[in-house]
Parts: sequence; C-alpha cells; structure tokens
Amino acid sequence: MKLTIERAALLRALAHVQSVVERRNTIPILSNLLMRGEKGEIALAATDMDIEIIETVPAEIQRAGTTTVPAHTLYDIVRKLRDGSQIQFETDGVKGTLTLRSGRSTFTLATLPAEDFPALSGGELPHRFQIAADALRRLVDRSRFAISTEETRYYLNGIYLHAAQSGELPVLRAVATDGHRLARVEMPLPEGAAGMPGVIVPRKTVNELRKLIDEVGAPVAIGVSDAKIRFSFEGATLTSKLIDGSFPEYERVIPAHNDKIMDAPRQPFFEAVDRVSTITSDKARAVKLHIAEKGLVLSATSAETGTAQEEVEVTYSATPLEIGFNARYLLDILQQIEGDDARFAMADAGSPTLVQDSQDASALYVLMPMRV
Amino acid sequence: MTRLCRDCGHLEADFEGRCPRCRSPRSIAHPELATLAIAHIDCDAFYAAIEKRDDPTLAEKPVIVGGGRRGVVSACCYIARLYGVRSAMPMFQALKACPQAVVIKPDMAKYRTVGMAVRNLMLAVTPLVEPLSIDEAFLDLSGTEALHGGPPARTLALLARRIEAELAITVSIGLAPNKFLAKIASDLDKPRGFAAIGRAEAPAFLAPRPVTFIWGVGQAAAAALARDGLRTIGDLQRRPAADLIRRHGGLGERLSRLAFGHDTRRVEPNAPAKSVSAETTFDVDLADAGSLRRALWPLCETVSRRLKAGHIAGRSITLKLKTADFRILTRSRQLGDPTQLAETIYRAGLPLLEKEANGTRFRLIGIGAADLGPDDQADPPDLVDPTRARAARVERVIDTVRDRLGRDAIGKGRAMATTTPDPAAPPRPGRTR
Repeated sequence: MKLTIERAALLRALAHVQSVVERRNTIPILSNLLMRGEKGEIALAATDMDIEIIETVPAEIQRAGTTTVPAHTLYDIVRKLRDGSQIQFETDGVKGTLTLRSGRSTFTLATLPAEDFPALSGGELPHRFQIAADALRRLVDRSRFAISTEETRYYLNGIYLHAAQSGELPVLRAVATDGHRLARVEMPLPEGAAGMPGVIVPRKTVNELRKLIDEVGAPVAIGVSDAKIRFSFEGATLTSKLIDGSFPEYERVIPAHNDKIMDAPRQPFFEAVDRVSTITSDKARAVKLHIAEKGLVLSATSAETGTAQEEVEVTYSATPLEIGFNARYLLDILQQIEGDDARFAMADAGSPTLVQDSQDASALYVLMPMRV
Repeated sequence: MTRLCRDCGHLEADFEGRCPRCRSPRSIAHPELATLAIAHIDCDAFYAAIEKRDDPTLAEKPVIVGGGRRGVVSACCYIARLYGVRSAMPMFQALKACPQAVVIKPDMAKYRTVGMAVRNLMLAVTPLVEPLSIDEAFLDLSGTEALHGGPPARTLALLARRIEAELAITVSIGLAPNKFLAKIASDLDKPRGFAAIGRAEAPAFLAPRPVTFIWGVGQAAAAALARDGLRTIGDLQRRPAADLIRRHGGLGERLSRLAFGHDTRRVEPNAPAKSVSAETTFDVDLADAGSLRRALWPLCETVSRRLKAGHIAGRSITLKLKTADFRILTRSRQLGDPTQLAETIYRAGLPLLEKEANGTRFRLIGIGAADLGPDDQADPPDLVDPTRARAARVERVIDTVRDRLGRDAIGKGRAMATTTPDPAAPPRPGRTR
C-alpha cells in the first residue's frame, strides 16, 4: 500500500476511530486499526469486539493495499504533524512495517497482518430506516444523561430504542434510566421501523454516535437486528452489538395521576438550583423545594459549609409541598428542556415526580425525590 | 527517677523494694514517667480471659477460643501459649501443639459487652480514646493531671486496677510520648504489664530491632529496604532522611521519623471506619457455587448488622476469597447508591462470586463494604426495580423481629442449608485501614 492523504481529513477520521480502541488490550490486534487504501480513498476501521467504526477519507492511492497499525500511536503522530501538511504512507511487506512521511518527519511503525483483524460487520440487519441527523441528536441528548453506570444492572447501561404507540401515533422511543431518573423521548416512527425489535444500545456506542452526528447534516441510515445496530453516515459506519437483556417495563413508573402542578420558568429555575447547590459538598447534592401558592423557595444545607436559599416565581395552586431532589439530576433534566417553562407534576415528597417541557409533550422525565 | 506503685498509685523519687505505703512489690520506674501521656491499653488474652473468668474450672487449663477444626485461634490463654499456641494459628496446628487444650467457640456478643465495659472505664479517665479493636485502644491523657490529681502514669495504674476489680480481666499498658511507641510498650511486659518508653531512650531501644517492627512495614517493604542494605531500625537511623525519601518516597519519609520514635499521629476518638467486613474459614475447602453462596449470605447479614448499628452505608462491595493454596483474591463492585442492606450486599457480591466459582477450591470467603458514609441517603427507592424497596422492607421487618426476639428468631430461607458453613473464626470487629 502506498498513498498520500491530507492531514486534516485524516486527523478528523482518526479522532473518531481511535476512541473506540481500548487503552489497555490483552489482544494486540485490538490495539491496532485497519487501513485499507483503494479506489481513491482510505478506509480506517477500529473495533473493541463490541463496537466497530469504519470511516473513509479521500486519498491519492499509488498502490492499493491493507495493513494494521497501533491506533493511539498513529493518532498521536498525526495530531502532532504540521497543520495543512500532506502525509505519505507506504508499507514494506518484507519488513512488515508502515512508513509515514510528512515534511521532514519520518516514522516507521510495526504492523500486524490485516487478515487477523476481527470483523464485526457480518450478519443481516433486516430492519432499516432513516432519521434526520437533528432528530437523532435530540433523541440521544435527551435520554443519554439518564443512562445507568451501575454494573449490576447491565441492562440499564444503554438507551432502550423501540417502536411504540403514543395515543394513535406510532412513535420511535428512546428510554434511559438509572433508577433515580428516567428519560423518555419520542419522535414519529420512521418508515421501515415499524417491525423493529426493542433494542438496548450500549452507552459507549451512544457516545460514539453522538460525536459522529455532530459532523453530518444528512439523514442517518439505521439498520437493526436482534443482536446489532448500525448507523451509516456519509463516509462513516458505526456498528455495535446490543446489550443482551430485557429493559424494565418503564411505563408503569411514569406517574399518571400526579395532581400538584408547578410551572417554573426554566432558565431562572435552572440558575437558582445551580447557585443554591453550590453549598452542598457531599456526593448526594440535595436541594429542598418549598412550594406554595406564593412561590417556590429553594434551599440547601451542608453541615460543614453552611446554608443557601433562593426564591423563584412559579405558578402553583395546590396544597403546599416540601420535596427534595438531587440538584445534579434536576439540572440534567432542566438542561434538556428547550421551552420557556418546565412543568413539574408531583404527588408527594416520596413519590416519583413527572417533569416536562410545558410546550412539548415529546419528551418526559421522571425524577425520584430524595429524603431531605 | 520517679517510681510508681502500680497497686496504690503511690509516687516517690525512687523507693527501693516494696511500696512504702501499701507494701506492694509491683512498681515501675522511668525517668520520663511524670511527663508521658499517650497510652496503648491491650486486654490480655481477651476472649480466653473472659471464658476463664466465667468458668473457674478452666483456671488451670490451657484454653483456646476459636472455631472448628479448620478455623483459626481467635485467642488463647497464657497457659496455652506455653505450649506454643498463638492467635491466628490454624486450629489443627494449635491442637497438635497442645492436644489437651479446652477449645471454646467464641461468643462475640459476650466479648463485645465486656469490651464496651472496658471502653467505658477508659472514657471515665479521658475522652480521647481511640479504639483499635474490641480489646485495645489508644488513650491520650495530656492535661488530665489536675483532674486526676497525678500524672497520667498514675491514672493508668489505677485504671488497670479498676478494670481488674470490676471486670475481672487484666490489661497491659504501654506508656510513651506517641502512639507508635505506646503500642510497642504495651507488648513489652505482657500480661498484666506496664511499660514505658521515653523520648530519650527511643532511638537506642529501636536500633537493634528489625525494620518490620515498624507499623506498616510488611514483607514487600522489608524486601525493598533489604535491597538497600536496610535490615534493622538502626540501619535506617544511620541513613540521612533525604536518602530514604529519594529511594522510598512517602514510606521513606515515614521511616526516617519512626526510626527515631517520632510519630505525630494524634489519638482520634472518632476515627471513622474505612470498611466493614466479615469472613469465615470453612471446615473443608469448598468449590461448588451453591455452598459458597450459602456461606456468603450470613456474612452479608453480619456486615449489614454492623453498618446499621453504626448508621453508616457503603458504596463499594468487595468479595474476598482465599484459595486452598492460600492465594487471596479480591473482587470489587461499585454500587449506584450507598447501602446497608444485607440483600443489596448479597446481590452485589453474588455475580462476583459466580465468576470465581469455576471449580477452584476455596478455604475462606469474606465480604466487605467500603467507601463508607452516613446512611441518610442509603438504599433509596428505585424507579424501575420495585423489588428493591420490597427487599428493604422485608429486611427492616426481620431486623425488628430480631431486636425483640433474638437473632435466631427469624431468617431468610437461603440461610438454611444441609451443610451449614462454619461460623468459626468470627471476624474481630476491628477497623481495616
């Protein structure tokens, strides 16, 4: 293989691809990425055996070929090369090396045979549909903050993506929960998604996906089977195994009869929570809400630091209520609300609270109160 | 030099022979006796002493407290020690050394009661009591001279006498300018001892002793020091502090001070526990997952009971296994929320155990909770798993029943098994640091 490529284009692709590669690997080939130069482009592939990402970048191919090189090393080299430079790659089949030349720099890297590189891409993906990049970004952003990191409940370590009915309307839903909060976001069901199985997309995949979405405007093609999901962008493909488990029946935890309704101005409320919670130092950052017709009083207390209190104007007409929340969780949710007002539907200080954008019913959040 | 009568507390410049006041032969003299204020008090053969106290027929017999054939010696009386029995020795070895020994199963509840009584007597002389385990503690008696009408040495001698009179067990006292030396001193004159190590004599006293004499220097550190030709504390004393720090970092810095008997650690009465754990050694090595699981559950209950009693909760659970060939494995898991429930500890430990239960034969299993904090946010209700809240309620009910009717009044089905694990070698409720 011999080819010449633009540094900037290569760097952008490498940034995505190398982040899939685990820092510590017991299997040497998994530290490498696959480079295949042919037909005017170079394909870069990396895998951790659960996720595979392939990106293609235009290149001037002098001699087609394939090899694998250490991913992080290559990325670090390309990152440090001069902006605007050209890079030439050339393999030496006899020595088993790849030589990289750019300006006055020359690097020779050890390679491993491309035949040993594991492929994840096989298998049919019978359910195929498309989602606009914007809509996919919204789906991901509004749910991924609630993904659990708890190893014991591995089936919560991802976003549950599935087809559902919202009233009469068929929808595609993304749900994530860590047991403290739950996010449910939906969009009209794309054509072709009707028969798809409910799948749990792992957190690492979601994070890689999010990076790719940022760089494309075009619709994303999605293929799903029982075991895998693939997101295809222009010039990039992300294929991932799914979490093999069953997501809990989340519908029954969404409260339907909470009758204490508070409408709060999103931005001032967010800022007040953020300010008041400064005083809390422990891991569990509890803020207390005293809600009455005349308004909301936020407060926080820390045995070591002191106390904080702030008033926020809200609309509320039910009986007064005192309820505590984890400030971090409250901020996470408020951050995802785009409208001017957030609507809180509460029952009592010990039951799940429902939070929604007052103007937008497509996303809802459930938050478990804290003992304060 | 001041001499103190250990029985009546009489202090005099330096009397010869018996105490001029009470005629007791037991006395201690030391040039710094009037100024030393940090003490380490250690009960003598604690569990065995309590058993002997409660059964006078045992008085002249070698007594070993410990469990099962496969367990280890939790404590042994001084008669048993004459035969070479030591605590933490495997039981079969102890019985080979002393076949006529009377072996008694530990009664932890009884020992804890006596341990608390000892602690309360200590607290009567100073609030600065730092317990190290059920039967030993550091005491800081600085500034108590006016209150007790005499130097700390005298207060301690009278405290030892009071413990003997009220609880019928004996203690050994180490008195020094700091914790490091006090702990060493309490071991010098055991049992029923009283020894002092002063500032002036500390370097010479320490010099001939091996580096492992220093708290925190284990086999690995000793090997690293030996490579530098450092075998005794004297070797450390002859090396400049800067050298030790350069070669051994933080350890070197500590060694450079401790080698001369300098220790700045304070006696901290409320030093919080770093972890709470329990473990058990099996009668016979176990390999099958079922038996290991059954052995795990009561340990989870023990850990949970202590967490609840201390109003604390742990965010990280560690499983410990010791293989038949004495290799120790530990496996940890972080929890989403701090817990103090046996059920949650068990559920976190089980997958860790199942991964290791691959036919390997184990002789010991243990489980512990670490990353401890207050329990006010422990075990919150969970949105998607209603069984958690249910399990928590069930456990609270079990706790209530046990509080009223005793620990064996009620339990979970999984505790019942055809082969019950050996409750031997009950964990000493000490602190792991």
